[in-house]
Amino acid sequence: MPEKHPPKHAANEPAGNAQEATSADESTAAVVSVDTAGGAMEPSAVPATAQSGQLPGGPDTLLRRIFTGSGMVSVLAVLLALIIGGLLIASTDERVATAAGYFLARPTDFLTAVWDAATRSYLALFQGSVFNPRGNSVAAQFAPFMETLTIATPLITAGLGVALAFRAGLFNIGAQGQIIVAGILAAWVGFALHLPLGLHLLLVLVAGIIGGAFWGGLVGLLKARTGAHEVILTIMFNYIALYFLRYLLNTPAFQRPGEANPISPILDPTAVYPQIFGTQYRLHLGFLLAIAATVVVWWLLNRSTVGFEFRAVGANPKAAQTAGINVSRSTILVMALAGGLAGMSGVAQVAGTEKVLTDGVAATYGFDAITVALLGRSTPWGTFAAGLLFGAFRAGAVQMQIQTGTPIDIVLVVQSLIVLFIAAPPLVRAIFGLNPRRRKPARAARSREAATTGGAA
Amino acid sequence: MKNSLRAGFKRGSVAGLATMGATALVLAGCGAPPEAGSGSTAGASDYTGCIVSDSGGFDDQSFNQSSYEGLKKAEADLGIKVNQVESKTNNDFEPNLRAMVTAGCDLTVTVGFLLGDATKKQAEANPDSHFAIVDFAYDPPIANVKPIIYDTAQAAFLAGYLAAGTSKTGTVATFGGMNIPTVTIFMDGYADGVKYYNEQKGKDVKLLGWNKDAQDGTFTGDFEKQDVGKQVTQNFLDQGADIVMPVAGPVGKGSGAALKDAKAAGKDVKLIWVDSDGYLTAPDYKDIMLSSVMKQMGDAVETVVKDDKEGNFDNTPYVGTLANDGVQLAPFHDLDSQVPAELKSELEQIKKDIVDGKLKVESKASPKA
Repeated sequence: MPEKHPPKHAANEPAGNAQEATSADESTAAVVSVDTAGGAMEPSAVPATAQSGQLPGGPDTLLRRIFTGSGMVSVLAVLLALIIGGLLIASTDERVATAAGYFLARPTDFLTAVWDAATRSYLALFQGSVFNPRGNSVAAQFAPFMETLTIATPLITAGLGVALAFRAGLFNIGAQGQIIVAGILAAWVGFALHLPLGLHLLLVLVAGIIGGAFWGGLVGLLKARTGAHEVILTIMFNYIALYFLRYLLNTPAFQRPGEANPISPILDPTAVYPQIFGTQYRLHLGFLLAIAATVVVWWLLNRSTVGFEFRAVGANPKAAQTAGINVSRSTILVMALAGGLAGMSGVAQVAGTEKVLTDGVAATYGFDAITVALLGRSTPWGTFAAGLLFGAFRAGAVQMQIQTGTPIDIVLVVQSLIVLFIAAPPLVRAIFGLNPRRRKPARAARSREAATTGGAA
Repeated sequence: MKNSLRAGFKRGSVAGLATMGATALVLAGCGAPPEAGSGSTAGASDYTGCIVSDSGGFDDQSFNQSSYEGLKKAEADLGIKVNQVESKTNNDFEPNLRAMVTAGCDLTVTVGFLLGDATKKQAEANPDSHFAIVDFAYDPPIANVKPIIYDTAQAAFLAGYLAAGTSKTGTVATFGGMNIPTVTIFMDGYADGVKYYNEQKGKDVKLLGWNKDAQDGTFTGDFEKQDVGKQVTQNFLDQGADIVMPVAGPVGKGSGAALKDAKAAGKDVKLIWVDSDGYLTAPDYKDIMLSSVMKQMGDAVETVVKDDKEGNFDNTPYVGTLANDGVQLAPFHDLDSQVPAELKSELEQIKKDIVDGKLKVESKASPKA
């Protein structure tokens, strides 16, 4: 019996202190609250400061570089990735390999083949993602662009979730799990309940957003209350969500009657997003909601008090706390909002494109969303644009495979290269000679010379 | 300091790379160029056969790969054109399939139940195009989709009987990748084979990893993590099993690795492969490969393509059985001497009985006739 007491007491203590501290924050001067934070409050709020490793550090932290980097670097990164991608495509091309066999006898063949392979692939990428002049009607010609928008939809909303958390100084790896939980709830409402048109879809959307917000908010809560690191929490929450989904798909409640495959029944027609430009395109209402979400996030971050608090916490949690901002509350709220946005992606999946729940419902959108947010430099419209770009890559990858036989992995390699260059702006600046700190033009020229002579030999 | 180091490294590596590249070019680039205008391919047909994989890709050492090889074989044998597209995620199914139809495919093969909905949608939207789907059937059937399914339990029954008859320890095992019908049908047949052996011989060979009545057993959770397969197999070995049948695609290699370790430690253990003849497709484990439960997906795909090309398409499901050699027990290869002649003849007799319908092999996952 006496052994039971101390742990219980200990478990209660942080919460109690946090409450005291919260009231102290609100009622007394900032100085007092900082004193409280230094002492009694430790378990709740201070770890939030200390553990979000990227933020409080010097001017060279990763996040800061992402926020302050110029748009030029983004463009150059994409360009560089396309060039390297082109070389990779060429290296997998059969004609290039054949022509390389007699390179010395007729080098022009080799060079033409390289150029051909790369340009044909990128042309197919364009035709598969933006405009296909070979379509037999205007509708068919623009079908690729509609496909791009369709694929971009979940990327944009999940990307916004990740970006929002970035701005508050949280590295949210959990979009994948948030999409899955949202997908589970939204799909269940969609196929198990039978409701009238309008109400049903609304409920699907609400269920999805609540599911995502719950899964994200839980991470925020754990971080704010216990100081556990959000990266670890979100990664583990992804696993929990995925395996829970797999378990559910093996229960009859989530399977089709008479079948044992892990695939849910198809959602009711009343539960799915209407297709906004007719049935020949997959583009659905979710895209308009993604635009709306972008506007809301922009407003939230740039025009609202809450958004100001998020950014303040993201810039320096200690200073934010000193200024009277409730860091715990901001952490929970921003994670719940991030989860809700990711939840919209889950809804876009089950109610927009897939119309069923499988264990692949989140595809890789949760992780691609991190890339999208990074590429968009964590701004709402930047994320929107990055989502479109990635949507185009994905849509075009199909045509690239079919028309030229380029392996789909190469497309993913190009995407990954973009992220690599984005995440390391000094690398791009160094390659293009934009790095102000680098004053060794002579050496660079010499090594370039070595490369050319080597190649010619 | 930092700068000079970096520059030094860079200069060195660039020079090194350039030398290597130049050497490679000199070595590789000595061939003769082809004569102009000699590139015509003989006997090409206008018929195009296409295939869309599920997220496993065409190198999954399982049904995607077998089906793809079947189509490539049709390309070589029948001179058809082939178009293939790999799906990375479930999201790719619909666009991939639509792209195939747009690209003018006469017949599109889709692989796996996950593509069921997408195939149905495209088939209904394009009644003039033909489709074939591997490991999935529709109820009710669709006019222009031919299902290619397998009564795998029949061949797995033989494997179960073989394992029970060959086991020295009186314990055999199986495990799956995921608890889905195309996997559990192997395990059901295997379990029944063991049970039949016990009934016939009055023995009590134990089966680990699958309970047919409960429809539950040991699963690794996916078709990727070979280390989990190794772990699971190690557990079975610790419980006294000496023959293991992994039904988990590439995860089976983990099982093979664990068994090889056990064999190196002096234990007499054996592996039963699935889908293809493991003696040929997983030669690393030749010396422990007792047999394989084969699904001849390549042959079926090629036959469907051939029929369609000749204008004989129909939507009756192709059901691979022991009778039509759609499913088979592979030869024993190197371990032939370890299978008693009596057991071999019993297996022949059981096969005959199953083909004649005297012996019924039933699984919840069997194709419904």
